[in-house]
Amino acid sequence: MAELTAGSERALEHAVERSIEYAILGGAPGRREFLRLVGASTAAAALASVFPVTAAKALAQDKGGPLEKRELKIGFIPITCATPIIMAEPMGFYKKQGLHVQVVKASGWAMIRDLSINRETDATHMLTPMPLAITMGVGSQAVPYVMPAVENINGQAITLANKHRGVKSAREMKGFKFAVPFDYSMHNFLLRYVLAEDGVDPDKEVQIRVVPPPEMVANLRAGNLDGYLAPDPFNQRAVYEEIGFIWMLSKDIWPGHPCCAFAATREFAERAPNTFQALVRAILDATQYAHNSANRKEIAKAIAPKNFLNQPVEVVEQVLTGVFPDGLGHTRNVPDRIDFDPFPYHSMAIWILTQMKRWGYVKGDVDYKKVAEQVYTATGTREAMRAMGLKAPAQSSVTHAFALGKTRLFDPERPEEYLKSFTIRKATA
Amino acid sequence: MSRDRRRVILYSMLFLVAFLAVWQLVAEPAGASGKARGLPGPLAVGRTAVEMIANPFYDNGPNDKGIGLQLLASLGRLAMGYVAASLAAILLGVTLGLSPILYRAVNPYIQILKPISPLAWMPLFLYTIKDSGQAAVLVIFMSSLWPTLANTAFGVASIKRDYLNVAAILQLSWWRRLVTVILPAAAPAIVAGLRISIGSAWVAIVAAEMLIGGTGIGYFVWNEWNNLALTSVIFAIVAIGFIGVLLDAGLGRLSRRLAYSE
Repeated sequence: MAELTAGSERALEHAVERSIEYAILGGAPGRREFLRLVGASTAAAALASVFPVTAAKALAQDKGGPLEKRELKIGFIPITCATPIIMAEPMGFYKKQGLHVQVVKASGWAMIRDLSINRETDATHMLTPMPLAITMGVGSQAVPYVMPAVENINGQAITLANKHRGVKSAREMKGFKFAVPFDYSMHNFLLRYVLAEDGVDPDKEVQIRVVPPPEMVANLRAGNLDGYLAPDPFNQRAVYEEIGFIWMLSKDIWPGHPCCAFAATREFAERAPNTFQALVRAILDATQYAHNSANRKEIAKAIAPKNFLNQPVEVVEQVLTGVFPDGLGHTRNVPDRIDFDPFPYHSMAIWILTQMKRWGYVKGDVDYKKVAEQVYTATGTREAMRAMGLKAPAQSSVTHAFALGKTRLFDPERPEEYLKSFTIRKATA
Repeated sequence: MSRDRRRVILYSMLFLVAFLAVWQLVAEPAGASGKARGLPGPLAVGRTAVEMIANPFYDNGPNDKGIGLQLLASLGRLAMGYVAASLAAILLGVTLGLSPILYRAVNPYIQILKPISPLAWMPLFLYTIKDSGQAAVLVIFMSSLWPTLANTAFGVASIKRDYLNVAAILQLSWWRRLVTVILPAAAPAIVAGLRISIGSAWVAIVAAEMLIGGTGIGYFVWNEWNNLALTSVIFAIVAIGFIGVLLDAGLGRLSRRLAYSE
């Protein structure tokens, strides 16, 4: 930990120097020329004379202005997707930013939404589609949200009950009763995507119910469900309980897809900007730490207890390390079964919006770009990441590649064409 | 009499032993891996109970507290919602009981509201009052309002006219009539209502807390369910039952003290 901190501080100083050079000397060719002429250390000294480099470094490293609020509550659902949000409490990432945060467990996504809208929590764990839906007032009163960080990428799976061991393709799932954690979830959209790609209409040929993740395993055991597309640890827990098996990891649908998010009301971000920034730094820091697979065992131990996930450490470890039994007698090794990458690409938001429209959750015209830019604060996140010396993508919108399906490439510049490429859909437009 | 009593106790004990024996037989023992399969038996639940009773008031932060603290949190919510509902129900009940016309005018609405599960109000309360704790208390309020209201109205309406006539002749003030004649006369009916109310309030609180999370015995059950820790869930069920009996016994005692014969 200490080493890591020292490392990221050095990286930060380096990054600040680079950007000042860039700002003063212009583009890269000029900079190289200048450095060649005078040598790197002379250049740094010369720069320091015309620009307060130390002050700039301090600014980027500084906690920003004074914190408006130190005692904070952050809501979470007990799933491994919330790893950075949860672990930041016991592992001291919030404290490092001068914040005293209590993470508060909520029973379901509707409750998480209401706790946040009602200001009982200051910031919250959400599913990546939720801040978009709430901002648009879909399935909720309209409250503007900001989502500065994706929590995890990948990290979901389709789990089926043991009696369906023979199922090879989604086509054989007609008539199944499925569960997803929430309407406005990647789980729902990915499950629908997989079914529809194999010709199964998710609105007519299967039943998809909303069940809070913690209750899915009990329902699968009771035979109320044939399967679910759920966040972990509940896929792995079904294997652990010997009642289900992992049919497909979500990374085999869309490698690197967003899953859960860290979000707050725009009102909170504006009322307490320094606190909000400090929170974002804590989350980015924790996410970075969780990204490093060497730390995953330690994290599993920190978040498994009753206060947080309330799951056997063994199960949490199987999820986070990606070395796990799949319930069919194989041990699989998939290091990126779940991964942690905070950058909130606008293109992710746009894909989610196309699916919300595809399945009739929103009707009429959607200003994809505008909503994405409003809610997924990619620019701010990039600045914060760079100020912390972390590598951040230069593009806020990219083309995403799917591993499954007819249209494998999603071009965020052409959402409507993408939408029309699907034959099974509710939206007529 | 005392021989009967001994036999009652003997039979009770026999039922308990028989129940525990059958339970132990249907329960599945822990497998070779040590993981429990299916229903845990009474011995496993007993071990969990001993652990929990040994340390009922630990506090490991907002999401992990001892069973004692959880029960106290639930009882606190119960007290708030129940006391408020009882006061409101008695006042309204007396008013309706004294005025047959008003009673008949309001009764259809009471009949419509009464069968609504108190939990159905939860989303509405959450949306409007914007506080999950208060919403839970309001759920308790709704669940303990109707039995007391109906019983009070009925009790007051069936007070002997003679009592009220005497009070009128003595020209007692409205307040004195209420305190010295109406409430004592209707007391047995009111307490019977209060007794039903506390039962339904205790039933509702567990479900309400499973929804809102945070603290309380309902949250405890939900949190243990997440982990499929059935021994804890069964122990919590037993604890909920015991508290329910205690609450009911308290009001039962009150009702015996207030009983009178005409």
